Amino acid sequence: MKINKIILSFISAIAILLSTSVTSFAKVVGDKIILGSAISLTGKYSSNGVHTQNGYNMAVDRINSMGGVKVGGKTYKFEIIYYDDESNPKRAAQLAERLISQDGVEFMLGPYSSGLTKAIAPVTEKYGVPMVEANGASRSLFTKGYKYLFAVLAPANLYLDVAIETAVELNGGKGVRIAQAFEQDAFSQDVRLGILDAAKRTGSEIIIDDKLPKELNDMAATLVKVKQMKPDVLVVSGHTKGALTAVRQIAEMKVDVPMLAMTHCDAAKLSKQHGKNSQYALCASQWHKTLTYKDDFFKDGMTYAADFTKEFGYDPPYQAAESSAALLVFKDAFERANSFDQKKVRDALAATNMQTFYGNIKFAPGGQNVDKPMVLFQVMCDSAGKCENKVVAPLKWASAKLIHPVPKWSER
Amino acid sequence: MDFMVFQYPMISVQACLDGILLGILFALIAYGMALQWGVMNIINIAQGDLVILGGYIAYFMYLYGIHPAWGVIVAPIIMYFVGVGLYKLVINKVVDRDLFISILATFGISILFMQLMNFAFGADVVLANSGYGTTFLFDSAVVLPNSKIFSAFISILFAICLVIYMKKSKLGRAIRATAQNARAAKILGVDTEKVYAATFGINAALCGVAGALISITFTIHPYMGLPYTIRSFMIVIVAGLGNLPGVALSGMGLGVFEEFADYILGTEFRIGAVFLLLVLILVYRRFKLSRKREYLK
Repeated sequence: MKINKIILSFISAIAILLSTSVTSFAKVVGDKIILGSAISLTGKYSSNGVHTQNGYNMAVDRINSMGGVKVGGKTYKFEIIYYDDESNPKRAAQLAERLISQDGVEFMLGPYSSGLTKAIAPVTEKYGVPMVEANGASRSLFTKGYKYLFAVLAPANLYLDVAIETAVELNGGKGVRIAQAFEQDAFSQDVRLGILDAAKRTGSEIIIDDKLPKELNDMAATLVKVKQMKPDVLVVSGHTKGALTAVRQIAEMKVDVPMLAMTHCDAAKLSKQHGKNSQYALCASQWHKTLTYKDDFFKDGMTYAADFTKEFGYDPPYQAAESSAALLVFKDAFERANSFDQKKVRDALAATNMQTFYGNIKFAPGGQNVDKPMVLFQVMCDSAGKCENKVVAPLKWASAKLIHPVPKWSER
Repeated sequence: MDFMVFQYPMISVQACLDGILLGILFALIAYGMALQWGVMNIINIAQGDLVILGGYIAYFMYLYGIHPAWGVIVAPIIMYFVGVGLYKLVINKVVDRDLFISILATFGISILFMQLMNFAFGADVVLANSGYGTTFLFDSAVVLPNSKIFSAFISILFAICLVIYMKKSKLGRAIRATAQNARAAKILGVDTEKVYAATFGINAALCGVAGALISITFTIHPYMGLPYTIRSFMIVIVAGLGNLPGVALSGMGLGVFEEFADYILGTEFRIGAVFLLLVLILVYRRFKLSRKREYLK
């Protein structure tokens, strides 16, 4: 009896398996191009995962409503299959396998964060599936020789490069003294490498070099050292937690430093959570709505921001903008390849050279976007305490003049 | 290795004060852990998550325009009921079992809490601004944020209140009796079930206070609970159960140790140093115990 039951359940399991694989999707069904993406809808990256998804969805709707993608004289529409990767790299890799081998997806969009992109890239590479990603900036993604990975964003080591260059420039071309504190994760450590490079190039000296553990939400010790050593620039990168902790403790301990440069101010909603205490912080950003890049779909940054706010009810962080740009890149590549052959699309992607509202896009052989500089914005507050992010560097895009050195706490 | 902390005496003073203020806060969490460990023989892995939940209560008050410092009154009240609820749902089923079972159960609760908080409050790192200023000492060579002083003060206040409550009140006496000998207490008419529920509730309430203070002084995030569990576990291991002055002292000691480890070994080894200390203490304790055993033979 028991054996019968086991055999029966085994057969029904196989039947279920077969029936699902028969109904599985293919790359292009009817007039639909189906893209796949594992994305963090739950877990620790869920807020940025949702920004990414909103960015993707907005671009899909826009491209579809404006005529779709034209390949071989026929018009196609984009559709995305999402799976929730729970912010877990192992799960993300499994889902990429599933998207490709079960769902038959032949083109992928990236997940959120460098860590998850790192987990997925070997899978897409193995199957030769072109992936355009918008949220993995770690340098190590672009040194592995991946052929099918394309990132619309500038790599992590360039995030705060501009800050050091600016500081040196303001110092009359002489090197500066840098204090830095970075979280111990792939992304922040890449930002650190970028600073080391910049320091070497400009003859600057690194006098404090702290690494913050992931679990730590206290930077007091680093800041005491900063107070003692009086560097010219303080660089902090530790995702949202790093930015929030740094600003809180700098204000509480009244640490005076001529320049404070950080990452993730956008995601941390720095000026909203800290108000005037966040004033004068310099933040690296992939994109800002006041930049004057243009395209046919979203017009420019200001229009994109207004449309996004209308649809989702909040100002788009750069994570959303770069995700939207990824779809523009895919559309452009499909039309130039004029085919759904993965190799041809891959080659078309590699030859991308276009402008989007988010910036120029042109890929280096490693897959990173080399045609779009990072921008720096500075948090500026008016006397009523209302704060705004204004682009201050590079000068070409600046909408306000950099305030340097930052006024001392005793004078504020 | 960096010995800057010894070159500038004022940095040592700063490190000590920072460590002591931090340690007092840790000691409050550890006191809760020691209490329910002593009474119920349960090691609560979810301790840190209860702390973070308390932090969110203060954060939401702050969000609705109430000063987050009121969180030290509201959070423990809410958390007390969370604790009692948790006891009725899960803990009462593992309270008389093996220690290992309770660790597994509370580990499960910890994961559940993390995910629920992430689901309900989002994955953003948040904080509550108290607007307290800064205290400058020694010609402003030493800087102490008032929020840290406030949290140390509140922690001491709660600890003192609890000690008095334990000594004087009926429930406090019942809790102490149960801790000494649960069976004897039961025979003498103590409703141990009630005592357990109250103990777990009081522990959760202490976590609530600590959480509210952490949201004022540091940052909170659904996944940030574990370091607080580890620290309080360690403090209790060092101090032993039912030894309140010991808990306070070892809390401050741990705080100062962390700060100095940060200066000397570098920030990257700060949490690592805490773990290393934990291992050393456990090995030392075992060594001491085994010697005692030999002596008995």
